[in-house]
Amino acid sequence: MNPRILAATTGRILRQLRHDRRTIALLVVVPAVLLTLVYFMYADQPTPPGQPSTFDRIALVMLGIFPFVIMFLVTSIAMLRERTSGTLERLLTTPLGKLDLLFGYGIAFGLAAAVQAAVAAAVAYWIFDLETAGSIGLVLGIAVLDAVLGVALGLLCSAFARTEFQAVQFLPVVVVPQLLLCGLFVARDQMAGWLQALSDAFPLSYAIEALQEVGAHAEPTGRMWRDVTVVFGAVVLALVLAAATLRRRSG
Amino acid sequence: MDDAIAVRDLVVDRGGRRVLDGISCRVPRGAVTGLLGPSGSGKTTFMRAVVGVQVVSGGTVTVLGQPAGTPSLRHRVGYLTQAPSVYADLTVRENARYFAALYGRGRVEADRAISDVGLAEAAGQLVGTLSGGQRSRASLACALVGEPELVILDEPTVGQDPVLRADLWARFHAMAAAGTTLLVSSHVMDEAARCDQLLLIRQGRLIADDSPAAIRTAAGVDDLDEAFLRLIRAGEAASTSTDATAARETA
Repeated sequence: MNPRILAATTGRILRQLRHDRRTIALLVVVPAVLLTLVYFMYADQPTPPGQPSTFDRIALVMLGIFPFVIMFLVTSIAMLRERTSGTLERLLTTPLGKLDLLFGYGIAFGLAAAVQAAVAAAVAYWIFDLETAGSIGLVLGIAVLDAVLGVALGLLCSAFARTEFQAVQFLPVVVVPQLLLCGLFVARDQMAGWLQALSDAFPLSYAIEALQEVGAHAEPTGRMWRDVTVVFGAVVLALVLAAATLRRRSG
Repeated sequence: MDDAIAVRDLVVDRGGRRVLDGISCRVPRGAVTGLLGPSGSGKTTFMRAVVGVQVVSGGTVTVLGQPAGTPSLRHRVGYLTQAPSVYADLTVRENARYFAALYGRGRVEADRAISDVGLAEAAGQLVGTLSGGQRSRASLACALVGEPELVILDEPTVGQDPVLRADLWARFHAMAAAGTTLLVSSHVMDEAARCDQLLLIRQGRLIADDSPAAIRTAAGVDDLDEAFLRLIRAGEAASTSTDATAARETA
C-alpha cells in the first residue's frame, strides 16, 4: 500500500459520489424516512414495564443495518462498474496496489456512511427520543463499522458477479440471511441449535449484539469489545479475500 | 542498443482458440512502431501480453529488460485500452489528476496531458457528456500523464477528426524524439506510413516486421496496402507449396 495512492483513490471515489447528487440525497434522507415509518408503526404499542420500548429496540438495530445493507449494494455496483468499464483492468496496469483500491473504497464509503449514520442518529435521538444507556458516539462508531463490513462483503461478492443483475441478487443471498438471523426478529438464544450456529457464523450478528450492548449498558462492556473485534476481523478477512480475487493477469 | 520489447515464440490461447501463434519480434527504443492487422488478428492480445495482463501459453515477452508484468514495470509502461477506460462520472481533469497521482505526478502534468490531446476546453466537462472521440482522447491523456518510457496505445486515433489525427501523430513523433518508445495499433493502413517501424499480424501470425520503406521495396509497390496484400499472398503461396511438398513426401 502507498499512502499517496490510497489518498488519491479515496478522493476519486468521493468525487464520483459528489457528482451524483441524487445518490447523496437518497443516502441521507432514506434512513431518516424509514425510521419515521418505524416510529409510527410502533407508536401505539404498549411497552412492557422495565423494558425498552419496541421503537427503541428496533431503531437502535436499524441504525446498524442501514449502513450495512446500503453500503453493500452501493459497493457491489461500484466495483462491478470498475470491472465492466475497463477501469479496473487499467488500474491494475498502474502502480496502484490491490489494497490501495480496496481500502480506498472502504474509507470513502465508510466516510459516506458516517454522514448517513449521523443524520439517522440525529433523527432517532432528537426527534423520536431514542434512549440508549450507552453513548451515542459508540452507536455511531459501530454503525460506521457496520458500513465498512457492508463495503468489504460487497467488494468480495462483486468478484463473483458478471452483470448488474447478478450483483443485485447477492443481496438476498448474502445480506438477507444475516438480517433474519441477527437477533432482530427472534432472540438468538431462542433459535434452534443449527440456526444459532449459522447466526454465530454471520458477522452481522456480532455487529447487532454490539449495538444492543450499548443500548443496555452505560459503559462499554467486554462483550461489546469482543463483538467489535469479531466484526473488524471479518472486515479484514473479506478484504484480503477480495484482494485475492483481483487478478492482474487474465485469459 | 537493447530493444524496448523483445518477444520470442509468443503463443496465446483464448477460449480454446489459438490467438497468437508463435510470434517473435523486437520493438526498438525511441521510435513509433505500428502494429497493423485486421480486426480479430490478435493486436489487442499482443498488446495485453506486452503490458503483462494476458495469460500466455508459451514464449517470452521482455519489456525494458524485464519479463512483462514485473511490478516495477507498472511505473514505466503506459497502456491505452481499445475501449476508453475512464470514469464517466468524473470530469476530464479529475480523471487526469487521478491517473497522474497514481504515477506520482501532479496537476501540472495532468493539465499538460489534457492539452496535448486537444481537450483543454473540455477539461471541466464530465467524461459521460463527451463525444466518443473526445472520450477516447480523455482516456489517451490518462495513459500519457505518467510520462512512461514505453507507451502501448490500442487504436488511439479511431473516430478522430483528420486534423486531430495529424496532431496526435505529430505528438507521438515528438515523444519518440524525446526518447519514449511507442507501440501503436491500427487497422487503418494509411496510418502505417506514419510509423518508423511496422509489425503486420494476420490470424495470429507475424507477416511483416520492417520499416515502411523496406516493406515497399520488398513487395515492389509504393502503396502499403498493396504491399501488405502481396506479402500475405506470397506467404500463403509459400505455405501451400510447403504443404504440397510435405504431402508428396508423406505419399
